[in-house]
Amino acid sequence: MSATLVRPSQALTALPLECASCGRPHDAGPSHVCPECLGPLEPKYDVDRHLPDRAEIAARPRSLWRYREWLPFTGRPVRCLNAGWTPLIDAPRLASALGVSRCLVKHDAGSFPSLSFKDRVVASALNAAHAFGLPVVGCASPGNLANAVAAAAAREGLEAWIFIPHDLEPAKVAATAIFGPRLVRVRGTYDDVNRLCAQVADRFGWGIVNVNLRAYYGEGSKTAAFEIAEQLGWRLPDAVVAPMAGGSLLTKLAKGFGEFLDARLVNGVSPRLYGAQAEGCAPIVRLVERGDDTLIPEKPNTIAKSLAIGNPADGRSAARLIRSSGGWAAAVSDAEIVEGIRLLAETTGIFGETAAGVTVAAARALARNGKLTADDEVVLCITGNGLKTTDAVSGSIDIPEPIAPRLSEVSALIQA
Amino acid sequence: MPVLSLPSVLTPLTGGQHTIPATGTTVGEALDDVVRRFPALSPRLRDEHGAPYPFVTIYLNDEDIRFIGGFEAALQSSDELSVVPAVAGG
Repeated sequence: MSATLVRPSQALTALPLECASCGRPHDAGPSHVCPECLGPLEPKYDVDRHLPDRAEIAARPRSLWRYREWLPFTGRPVRCLNAGWTPLIDAPRLASALGVSRCLVKHDAGSFPSLSFKDRVVASALNAAHAFGLPVVGCASPGNLANAVAAAAAREGLEAWIFIPHDLEPAKVAATAIFGPRLVRVRGTYDDVNRLCAQVADRFGWGIVNVNLRAYYGEGSKTAAFEIAEQLGWRLPDAVVAPMAGGSLLTKLAKGFGEFLDARLVNGVSPRLYGAQAEGCAPIVRLVERGDDTLIPEKPNTIAKSLAIGNPADGRSAARLIRSSGGWAAAVSDAEIVEGIRLLAETTGIFGETAAGVTVAAARALARNGKLTADDEVVLCITGNGLKTTDAVSGSIDIPEPIAPRLSEVSALIQA
Repeated sequence: MPVLSLPSVLTPLTGGQHTIPATGTTVGEALDDVVRRFPALSPRLRDEHGAPYPFVTIYLNDEDIRFIGGFEAALQSSDELSVVPAVAGG
């Protein structure tokens, strides 16, 4: 991380909101629901604002704030100034395995500070919390968001309340608890935790990043699309494959690519978008496959806990955008997820979490059925780090018996 | 008697009440009962065809009603219905 700190020269202000469903305007605030129709609120940008050109962006510090005109604030950000700008890594051996022309990995598994793409959305949400003067932040999370909020809150000196399902992977619990938040383990699924947190945000007035700060939080995901475009030399790939939980990442990638096209920072057409889920929780994939507009919620049952949202808030939007982009979606089994983690590791040197296994395995399935072709340049969004979900792969890895510290024993291994 | 728990964003329509007692043997009947007393709530809970909104989830205790029969799900006297707007992933 080489980002230079940006010193605020103008007070940070959050943008006003508008309802994505009925279009009514709303004041800026820690609110995610339209009081008229209960639809989701989105930030409303000033279409006449100054937008930087390529050179201006390129001269800025290497963090997601280099794209601040497309984030939901005016003035200078004050928190999480080092988030973003993860590498886009060429993966020729993975491209060969998939049978595509070129494959690149957007390596958010190495994101600062908490090794997942959630550092992007938390950077945006915690600046919103600052703008609204909220002293307490929190989240409902199956892991990565918990890590990201706890880490960022510790760095910024904020009180954090983190709500997680009781059966989370031990590494993800430890990677949250180490930052000293108020950690609340809830007996139930992630959907249960989300419901509880919606009620907590409603009653206690805290800044729950993925509930009442959701309108500001989600915009942070767009920066992955901006970085992909800039890191490719100000152009867009043919296809992007991303994991889907609530569906927000995919919708924000589409929005980000569209905004860069609108700003004429890139030319051509938006990439085809491909969504990946686990078979044990694939309501968005099934919606894409059915082709209708009614999301049918599911009871999650998969090792990919970070994607186990049976009632995805942005599922319908994600499915619509996937279809309109010319892309598709794929669901993969738990066994294929483990194979995907291994394929990524063995061909790129990157250890991704279960969501990464979903993404790689789905890309392989999409290539096998002709959705991704030999001419395609494909970006895979690897959103979380494998060190958080080692349990998922431990059963598939051969751990050798120890040897005595003698050269003869190594020779025997070579000859075996 | 079952109760209906509402998010704060809807309480201006109920005189500030978060929790409203409701009568009925099904979820649909309980919503009908509440809407009779607070008509302005009607378009917030169901669309013009009487169907649930995609971005609003109604829970019967801890269960999304879509898993247990929707508006036809049976109600017991100790049950709590909750209206919860959708939230983002995590």
